[in-house]
Amino acid sequence: MSPLPDLSTFNAWLPIIFMGIMGLSMLAYVVLDGYDLGVGILLRRADADQKDLMIGSIGPFWDANETWLVLGVGILLVAFPMAHGAILTALYLPVALMLLGLILRGVAFDFRAKAHADHKETWNRTFYAGSLLAALSQGYMLGAYITGFERSWAATGFAMLIAPCVAAGYTLLGATWLVMKTEGDLQKRAAFWARRALWLTAVGVLLVSLATPFVSERIFAKWFSLPYVVLLAPIPLATAVLFVLTDRILRALPLPGDKLNWVPFAATVAIFVLAFFGLAYSLFPYLVIDKIDIWQAASAPESLKIILAGAAVVVPVIIGYTIFSYRVFGGKAQPLAYY
Amino acid sequence: MLDPILLARIQFGANITFHILFPTITIALAWVLLFFKLRYNRTGDMKWMDAYKFWVKVFAVTFALGVVSGITMSFQFGTNWPGFMETVGNIAGPLLAYEVLTAFFLEATFLGIMLFGFNRVSNRVHTLATVLVAVGTSMSAFWILVLNSWMQTPVGFEMIDGKAHATDWLAIIFNPSFPYRFTHMMLASGLTAAFLIAGVSAWRWLRGDHSGSVMAGMKTGVYLGAALIPLQILAGDMHGLNTLEHQPAKVAAMEGIWETERGADLRLFAVPDEAARTNHFEITLPNMASVILTHSWEGEVKGLNEFEGKHPPVAPVFYAFRIMVGIGMLMLLVSWIGAWQLKRQGQPKPWLARALLFMTFSGWVATVAGWYVTEIGRQPWLVYGVMTTAQAASKVPSGMILSTLIMYLVVYVALIAAYVSVVFYMARRASRAAMGDITPKPPAPSMQPTLQGAE
Repeated sequence: MSPLPDLSTFNAWLPIIFMGIMGLSMLAYVVLDGYDLGVGILLRRADADQKDLMIGSIGPFWDANETWLVLGVGILLVAFPMAHGAILTALYLPVALMLLGLILRGVAFDFRAKAHADHKETWNRTFYAGSLLAALSQGYMLGAYITGFERSWAATGFAMLIAPCVAAGYTLLGATWLVMKTEGDLQKRAAFWARRALWLTAVGVLLVSLATPFVSERIFAKWFSLPYVVLLAPIPLATAVLFVLTDRILRALPLPGDKLNWVPFAATVAIFVLAFFGLAYSLFPYLVIDKIDIWQAASAPESLKIILAGAAVVVPVIIGYTIFSYRVFGGKAQPLAYY
Repeated sequence: MLDPILLARIQFGANITFHILFPTITIALAWVLLFFKLRYNRTGDMKWMDAYKFWVKVFAVTFALGVVSGITMSFQFGTNWPGFMETVGNIAGPLLAYEVLTAFFLEATFLGIMLFGFNRVSNRVHTLATVLVAVGTSMSAFWILVLNSWMQTPVGFEMIDGKAHATDWLAIIFNPSFPYRFTHMMLASGLTAAFLIAGVSAWRWLRGDHSGSVMAGMKTGVYLGAALIPLQILAGDMHGLNTLEHQPAKVAAMEGIWETERGADLRLFAVPDEAARTNHFEITLPNMASVILTHSWEGEVKGLNEFEGKHPPVAPVFYAFRIMVGIGMLMLLVSWIGAWQLKRQGQPKPWLARALLFMTFSGWVATVAGWYVTEIGRQPWLVYGVMTTAQAASKVPSGMILSTLIMYLVVYVALIAAYVSVVFYMARRASRAAMGDITPKPPAPSMQPTLQGAE
């Protein structure tokens, strides 16, 4: 079993607290940037006038969404410096590709609106390509991460398999976001896109769930020994129910009065949250599976305390602001107007 | 095969060079935008709001480029320099964390309201969002310069088992070189934004757009530049003295002085030869280096030979320093003549407008040159006197670094080209709208609020 240290002191809890903040940042990132990367991936399939609306639906948010990645990786960097180096050097190439994707996506967002109209289509394509590249590389990284960065054909192949599944998951988030934020023809098309992305997302969740216990006996024991196998059963069951529910409601939408348009997005987010907690349960307390745990990787307690003081003030403000911002820009999306 | 450490440094340096271009503009541009907004609130004159509307779009594009290149950096710390955080992570970590927490979020979150929220929130909330974005960009600069200055003049820590542990956070934050470096950088940002605004406005003016917002922008830029440049020269001088105290090898490289001497000459130009440890083709001003650095005619300046094997590569530091100072002098000349002329005549002469246009991106060149002086000048140290760059390098094979380096370079060059062309394209479009030369559309009564539309 995992080597838990003496938890009677606050210092020993610090790495757990930071793992929590980091995990929640990563979850926030995956859900929030996930939907806008998904919208980017879907951009290629939309008509010209729908493209402006799609971009408009994510315009006020994407900057802040991407910042969660900076916070998540930032905490990995500042709170767990030993693991940061090990993880990022192992993921050197996919990280570079993801950054390329994020750079292209980010600048295309601004350039498409401001450059010459003749170049708009080029920037639209750049936006699509950047979003897809970022999603695929993140998927690859997830795959490589849960095999513990093993260097073998099987591990690489597995990561290659996970890559399109994560891209499909983001597409699902993006499509259900559009179902919620748009109406008419675009909403119908978004519901169709969402159902297409749904099954590949399910394959991804299944693959990750099956792979983790086989990578590590420790994880196998955490899930499949009594009483855990019973206690944890609701997680996969609830996930399965959510998939079926999403599919059913997507078929039925739009309902009169646009009722329940938020359900597919909420259900998709719930799937991501469950998958995240399943994975977090498997991994804990390791940052690199069965190799580096959070106590080994953590910074000195006095440094962590300083960071915690800042985080305790700022993170609630950020969350509050984010909610405020989503209310200001709530309702159906409009094409973006800088005034 | 190429040296992986050199490749990693080039890659990181390329990324930081690319990154710094954009915050250098946004840090000060945010405050200029606030100035435009406050002038509009005070006077109700639409020219200030028009200036705001145009420059906020430039701000958005610039900010986006800053964000994406900044994200790249947070990863490259790990991919290129794992040893850095492993050794000094206890100190660098909290500083970086505060940068992300207090600043990055403040700006990235309130930016949405600043850019798109004008019609959705009250004027007061919109002004507040502008204030917060401006504060955020400056806070971001504050923390990152704390870290950078600490790497140059590390204090307030002890080494335990090869790892730095903080002993005094106030000493770390207000480390000896921080006040100088921070002032120098903030002024550099102010000058970069000032000359960008003046240059783009001059370009619009040359194309016949003499509208109120263009003149407001040009005057703001020129006066701001004229006011900041003497302060910058003073701050630069003080920064130099501080560097002489803490990093004499860097100053020796900046000055191209090989042998320790009294009454050292100022080398206006020279070709440093590191193999022969001497300079060729020197043009000098007698005793002036001593006067500038020690404020005494016969003051002693330490030469590079005192630090053999422990001093930075001389030529890049030497040249970059001269480029920075040369541009500073040009800025002084152009902004003071410009301010004098604008004050007296209200309009620029065409040659002045052309000079301002020529200087549009002068702040970029000077800032990057200045950073090369300070960062290359720190070599071979990563954290001065604590760890070398080589100790922090990762063991990623050089082929991988080289291929990604090429990828980054191609993207960066393309993006800089796209950025410059988009800024001027937006200027052209804004001018066309201002001069009433909009594509023939019936003048609908609702035109004004929706003029800028979704494009």
